[in-house]
Amino acid sequence: MLQLVFNKPENETLDTHAPGEIRSLDQLAEGEEGVLRELDLPEEAARRLMALGFVPGCRVQAGRTAPGGDPRVYRVDGAEIALRAETAARLRVRSSSRGHESSP
Amino acid sequence: MISVCQCESCALATARGERKGKPAVVAIIGPPNSGKSTLFNRLTGLRQKVANYPGVTVEQRLGRARVDRGHEVTLIDLPGIYSLTPCSEDERIAHEVLTGRAAGMPRPDAVIIVLDANVLSRHLTVAAAVLALGLPAMVVLNMGDELHERGGHVDTEALSEHLGAPVALISAARGEGLGPVLEFLDGRVRGATPRIDRALLNDIPRCRLWALHVGSQTWRPPGPSRMTQRLDAIFLHPVAGPLIFLAVVVAVFQTIFLGARPLMDAVESLIHASGEWVGGVAQGEMLRSLLVDGVWAGVGSVVVFLPQILLLFLFVGILEDSGYLARAALIADRTMARVGLQGKSFIPLVSAYACAVPAIMATRTIENRRDRIATILIAPLMTCSARLPVYTLIIAAFVPEQPLLGPLLGTRAAALLGLYVLGFLAAIATAGLLKSAILKSERTPFVLELPPYRRPTLRSLGLRLLDRTRVFLTRVGTIILAVTLVLWGLANLPRQDGQAPPIEHSYAGRLGHAIEPVIEPLGFNWKIGVGLITSLAAREVIVSTLGTIYGLQGDGDAGGLQESVRKDLTPAGALALLLFFAFALQCMSTIAVVRRETGSWKWPALQFLYMGTLAYAGAWAAYRLGSALWG
Repeated sequence: MLQLVFNKPENETLDTHAPGEIRSLDQLAEGEEGVLRELDLPEEAARRLMALGFVPGCRVQAGRTAPGGDPRVYRVDGAEIALRAETAARLRVRSSSRGHESSP
Repeated sequence: MISVCQCESCALATARGERKGKPAVVAIIGPPNSGKSTLFNRLTGLRQKVANYPGVTVEQRLGRARVDRGHEVTLIDLPGIYSLTPCSEDERIAHEVLTGRAAGMPRPDAVIIVLDANVLSRHLTVAAAVLALGLPAMVVLNMGDELHERGGHVDTEALSEHLGAPVALISAARGEGLGPVLEFLDGRVRGATPRIDRALLNDIPRCRLWALHVGSQTWRPPGPSRMTQRLDAIFLHPVAGPLIFLAVVVAVFQTIFLGARPLMDAVESLIHASGEWVGGVAQGEMLRSLLVDGVWAGVGSVVVFLPQILLLFLFVGILEDSGYLARAALIADRTMARVGLQGKSFIPLVSAYACAVPAIMATRTIENRRDRIATILIAPLMTCSARLPVYTLIIAAFVPEQPLLGPLLGTRAAALLGLYVLGFLAAIATAGLLKSAILKSERTPFVLELPPYRRPTLRSLGLRLLDRTRVFLTRVGTIILAVTLVLWGLANLPRQDGQAPPIEHSYAGRLGHAIEPVIEPLGFNWKIGVGLITSLAAREVIVSTLGTIYGLQGDGDAGGLQESVRKDLTPAGALALLLFFAFALQCMSTIAVVRRETGSWKWPALQFLYMGTLAYAGAWAAYRLGSALWG
């Protein structure tokens, strides 16, 4: 995961050529992953999420949900962060074909 | 002057004036749940609370570490930060201390940056932001033991090159690798100028990129925590998860009621025996009455509940240390959203099962101020451990023990569980009321980092129980003893013909009779009334008060407190009393901490009136209903 992101170190927007369609994060099913494109959130909320690892260009994998189906746990940059669907819907990802993490 | 004077302020000046000096004040900073407080405790020998969820420390804490031959360093333990642009109250505090703007706090002249070695690359951004402040810094990678167990590796020398600061890999929990940290505190290791581009810091994506780059050059991430994956498969399972949680809660309540029995009996007989011994030794009628009927009957009746309270704290401690609490917040988010709060509010609410005071401080991690105040206002409705003695006494006196689910759940444990659920429901309903009326706010996104599960250490749990025992006994020895002594005085005055008056005609008795008209509709007599007055200081004082009153009446021994209570309350009155205690805000410490945390008397006043009204109305309704049902 790290290597993949860092193969193009000087490129400001990473993984621009990754294949796949653009979806909102909440549409990823458990185990699916995608590359984060943008955060459509107010400045403060976006900064908060970025500080936690949701930075454009990073890989996000959808994990389990709470028993009611919401919120869902997302694996990003080695950490597990829970978000509600209403927040995840504001994050857009380019989904990648792989269903599993490339590296732990 | 500097070279001669050895006082602290000059040492401080030395450290600031010339780089050669040893640091005098060192701040410990880092992302949430990276183990800052564990390191702080290791270095200072103090017992700052630690647990396994982000946001345990919400307030800065000072401690002194003896480094070498009399050289002492003041350490500041800070709340965790995700960045240096503060979002919540606890982050703001950390930021202010670090930049020397916090009132009454010394400006640190060096920092120890604690990162979790298992998620190094994501934690490096925090290190970058702190390093850019330009203070001498050491980067400490914590939980190195876990990194190795999970197959990760870090090249500390290479990382040190990248950061321009010394790097040490340690395990604060096990106390391993602390040598370099002590050397840093002693001023023997010093970092070069940190090589951080300041422009990087305001651009989060670029900062992140830098962190990934440094991480990829120096660090092999550990494999996923198998334990966490397995446990989450169970605890976050749509069906099994909630069921298991329910089963555990039921088991805990059964344990509190039945499992604690032998221990409580042991404590009780110890108190009884020592009371008899004191009664035999004490000279004179007055002194004997003061000690036996006053102190032993009163204070002793509360001490009996220590084993139960410790069991409860053990359970809350396991929840907090294992990492389950963050999952519980995740599961509870939907329910909390329905009343306008979010899952994060659930963490202080669970802590409030132990005690409302730390719970109210723990609300500092909630970003939205209105959400935070709402959580503060509902926290005292959660059943704190001070209610446990009252509940146990009344339930044991009025509910016959019968098995409901075989040996798993008895009627008494079920009644206790019911009261806990009642408190929770009242809290949630109140939150809904507050959030739809005076504390409306926009929904803030729920963002919560889930820590990996960790096995709670015996050391950490043991220290918590020890601490709690000390807090409990201090409370018993100060507030409860004081109230008991005053009460004994009031119950023995005015003297009639040189004799203590019958208790009904004493000052205490008159006080009880004076409020009888107010509490009579709730099914309480004057003795309960005296207990209600004294319990304004702290809830469990009603138990010691009843103990003293019955002791003076001379029927304290016949069948014990339960027997005597049964003579004074009808079943309907007992139910009313339980409801009164479930809702009323009878705790000076809570009122004081709410005042401090909200910055105004408005909120504690509102809270006191609201909870008082709820308590009175609830008790009245319960008495009516109970009287109709049971005659």
